[in-house]
Amino acid sequence: MAVSRGFVGRRPAESSRVPPGQYVTRDFPVLSAGPTPYTPLDKWDFMIRGLVNRPVSWSWQAFRALPHEKVTVDIHCVTKWTKLDTTWSGVSLDTLLDAAPTQASHALAFCDGGYTTNVPLADLRGGKAWIVDEYDGQPLDPEHGGPARLLVPHLYFWKSAKWIRGLELRAADQPGFWEMFGYHNYGDPWKEQRYQGD
Amino acid sequence: MTVETPRVKTITLELQDWPGHRAGQHVDVRLTAPDGYQTERSYSIASAPEDAYVSLTVERLDDGEVSPYLVDELRPGDELELRGPVGGYFAWDEQSGGPLFLVAGGSGLAPFRSMLRHHRASGSSVPVRLLCSARSLELLIYREELRKLAADDLVEVSITLTRDAPDDWQGYRGRIDPMLLSTTAWPVTEDPLTYICGPTAFVETAAAGLVALGHDPGRIRTERFGGTGR
Repeated sequence: MAVSRGFVGRRPAESSRVPPGQYVTRDFPVLSAGPTPYTPLDKWDFMIRGLVNRPVSWSWQAFRALPHEKVTVDIHCVTKWTKLDTTWSGVSLDTLLDAAPTQASHALAFCDGGYTTNVPLADLRGGKAWIVDEYDGQPLDPEHGGPARLLVPHLYFWKSAKWIRGLELRAADQPGFWEMFGYHNYGDPWKEQRYQGD
Repeated sequence: MTVETPRVKTITLELQDWPGHRAGQHVDVRLTAPDGYQTERSYSIASAPEDAYVSLTVERLDDGEVSPYLVDELRPGDELELRGPVGGYFAWDEQSGGPLFLVAGGSGLAPFRSMLRHHRASGSSVPVRLLCSARSLELLIYREELRKLAADDLVEVSITLTRDAPDDWQGYRGRIDPMLLSTTAWPVTEDPLTYICGPTAFVETAAAGLVALGHDPGRIRTERFGGTGR
């Protein structure tokens, strides 16, 4: 580790909440691999399919009627920014997965625009993940993944898929979009699992 | 180091054990303070795989932590710690095909310099259209190189100046909008492959505009920097 001559740097005020290599931003950066899709709400549904007896789906209205939780969490993007105390409202994945009994070990999230990302099912259960449709008390902006996105805040934020339309439950893991382009398969920010081989 | 504009510099690096990169990929730059504190940021590679050196074009962000160091403090001979290359989606080579439409806002031109240099160095036959947006001619990076690129029959360069344009300016004026996009992009029927890089609002406008014109969203690749301004 070579010292960068003349570099002082800023240290985050609440360093215990900031994973290694991350900096705190107050802004909300946007990163997406393609154009922002705009799906009309009457064409939107959320589906759990794959290794289930029969696929389950919720229309926008049915989804909105499910019990919502307000969650305040820190989010960590692989491009190094961390945003503290972000406030969302959404449906716990425990609620959604209860409707679809399964022997699956993994989920592949699929989205409008073709994006996918893989998450072990255990990381989606136990109050650790949500399908959120509000940010900061407002409907979720399309740029930030609206009408609804996955929120798995304990993993790097590319796992929190924007424009989510459902989960495919699987007996075996299958890498998603960024996972096939050299990013880490699991993505724990506290272990700095940014890229393959980390 | 090359001064591109008062806020933007291109840094040329002599790297040990560089594995090579694809045009459009980026690297992570890690800085270390004397007490061991480290921080990292990602920068697009602005040089072609064929170039002798790897170069990065960095815009100084006033509230930044790494960019002010790279633009104001770093001097020739200093050492930098790099990780990469990173990213395989926002990358182009002959196999990716075309025709190619590149849309850049501000310093979003950096990965396209890599692609265009690679395009030339590899003798590609893919036709390219480049649309870049800058506030003024003085704030347009790579001016000289763009002028030379425009001389290539396969490369068409369009420039729009959003704030100040010289009186005799022959290019476009104003921010990108559907009219400018439809004028400068390939027709939808050519099934172009489009890359857009720039600040978030710029990329949103360009991508949404092209989709509205009928372009296949699956053939539009984007790289955004910065927030939504709230």
